[in-house]
Amino acid sequence: MKIIQRLSEMKVGQIATIQAFHVDTGFKYRLNGLGLRVGKKIEVVRHAPFTGPFQLRIGSTELMLRKQDADMIEVLM
Amino acid sequence: MKRIALIGMPNAGKSTLFNRMSGGSAKVANWPGVTVDLLSSKLLLDGGMVEIVDLPGIYDLHGFSDDEQVVRHFLANNTVDLVLIVVNASQIDRQLSLTLQLKSLNMPAVILLNMADEAKKLGISIDTKKLSTELGYSTLLLSAKYGQGYAESYQAIETTLRTSAARPARAIEEDFAVDKAMETELDNLVKHSVDFPAQIGNTITEKIDSMALHPVFGLPLFFGFMFMIFQAVYTIGGPLQEAMAWIFETFRDIALVPLLSGLPPLLNGFLIGGVFDGLATVASFVPIVIVFFLFMAFVEDSGYLSRAAFLMDALMSRMGLDGRSFVMLLMGFGCNVPALMGTRTMRSRGLRLLTMLVIPFSLCSARLQVFVFMTTALFAPQHAPIVLFSLYIMTFVVVILTALLFKGHFNSQEPFALELPPYRLPTYRQMLLRGWHEVGVFVKRATKFITIGVVMVWVLTNMPYGVEPASAASWSGIIGEFMSPVLSPAGINPELTIALIFGFVAKEIVIGALAVIYGLEGSALMAGIADQIDWVQAYSFMLFTLIYTPCLSTIATLRTEAKSGWFTTVSLVWPLTLAWVVSAGFYQAARFLGY
Repeated sequence: MKIIQRLSEMKVGQIATIQAFHVDTGFKYRLNGLGLRVGKKIEVVRHAPFTGPFQLRIGSTELMLRKQDADMIEVLM
Repeated sequence: MKRIALIGMPNAGKSTLFNRMSGGSAKVANWPGVTVDLLSSKLLLDGGMVEIVDLPGIYDLHGFSDDEQVVRHFLANNTVDLVLIVVNASQIDRQLSLTLQLKSLNMPAVILLNMADEAKKLGISIDTKKLSTELGYSTLLLSAKYGQGYAESYQAIETTLRTSAARPARAIEEDFAVDKAMETELDNLVKHSVDFPAQIGNTITEKIDSMALHPVFGLPLFFGFMFMIFQAVYTIGGPLQEAMAWIFETFRDIALVPLLSGLPPLLNGFLIGGVFDGLATVASFVPIVIVFFLFMAFVEDSGYLSRAAFLMDALMSRMGLDGRSFVMLLMGFGCNVPALMGTRTMRSRGLRLLTMLVIPFSLCSARLQVFVFMTTALFAPQHAPIVLFSLYIMTFVVVILTALLFKGHFNSQEPFALELPPYRLPTYRQMLLRGWHEVGVFVKRATKFITIGVVMVWVLTNMPYGVEPASAASWSGIIGEFMSPVLSPAGINPELTIALIFGFVAKEIVIGALAVIYGLEGSALMAGIADQIDWVQAYSFMLFTLIYTPCLSTIATLRTEAKSGWFTTVSLVWPLTLAWVVSAGFYQAARFLGY
């Protein structure tokens, strides 16, 4: 069964499809530029220690994102 | 003259390409509508001179960061005959979005798919012919770093320059409808002309990351790695510094002294004891700086800095900063000025100002020279590297303290997204260019403030006429005595006080000034200082040098970047106060404990 959840709730190694962004326009531009777009598959590679950022992989790009920002992205598992 | 603008996303290898094209002859210049300096260069293309401008790396033409505004303002106020769009070939699936935005502006362009070597290794194949037809732009594969594909690229640039009309200066309008259509266009383009392997994985990068970003070992590895670098700089650079000092000393004794012996004593003293000793002492530290920058270039180009940001972001966020702030602090170890400029990618003013407030505490290469000098003079060889490393630790202590104290005033809710590029090995060429560049920077600084600084120190220590140099009766003695109620609680004597005053202009002057004040050079100077002060005083002096007001260039950059007199004042007064409190606190505590 497919469920919609937050990107921040994904576990290491899981892959999901981006569903929606609940961020301001400026940050959406930045995320788009980094390859995060609705419909793209995204993987959680690892978490940084001490509740630090998430390491994510999308296509051929790897990036980091903080938990509070990953909270604002909806994904389809 | 025709004008080419270089545009690309961060991590597309734009700077490498620009350096190659300009052959290292780039100049900074002002541009209409743009408040920051941009690098530009002239090159011969198609039988005529063409100007090429390096625009900052941006993710989106409509983005809100300062860098993105710079690009917009540049295009709004300057005619462009051609844009060279630099795209990282292995990330073509997302980086083409910028190309499509530029295309919607009818920009005359040539697309360079850079890092073609990397894409090939990853198994990505790109049909450039198809891409050229679909985009309507000449599209070429290139490896800026290894120098492949230049001939074809230059040819395409020349043809396009000849056949396309320039885009006149015009403002860039936002158009959301276009943005939506662009996503579909991007997907189609990539689907038609790029062949991605089913599983993209950079196995080497993944292997290194499993150690470098390890939840337990990641941070210790990072600090161990940094310690090794500083140790290596000291081990390699130290003997080079001694050799340079010996060469200058020998030159002075066998050539300069006999040559100038006919001159009147005052002029002779001025030329040898002032200008030569001062400059030679500073110049002898250039090898250390070069060795340091070679290592820095290696770390910067390797991709490890963004890993440091990943590891440190959790800690930095608790101080109101983020992972980028940490990277800028590390960059500041080279020179604070570019590190301050690097904060332009931050959108939130609070975050940017707080980062700019702490960057000047970064132990830059100019301060490193002072510390290498002092530790060599006053500490045993086996202790010196540890003393030096403790000062790097002090940088972080002071940064944490300052950030915690001021974070309430510089609030930021800025989201944080940063790329983790694959690990790369820099080429020898890149590293040598970097070293060569630093020599150039030194020569420029030497001809400007350092010479003026040491000359002024000589005047202060030798005037009024006939006075014993640097004695209590000289001008420097009078100033030193005047300041002594303030600085003697920190164990800083009148001689060191004069050096500190001139260190405000540039930290390199500090050692030059000491050479002039003590009238000695090289090893004799170190011995002379060791005779006069003990290690507690020396360490207190180093703490003060580390923390107090950074050099004049840093202050000027702070002012232009922050555009706030109030902020500039805070970043002058706070470090000065803190320097005094820390030095005096250390000195008094050490004396109290019987050292």
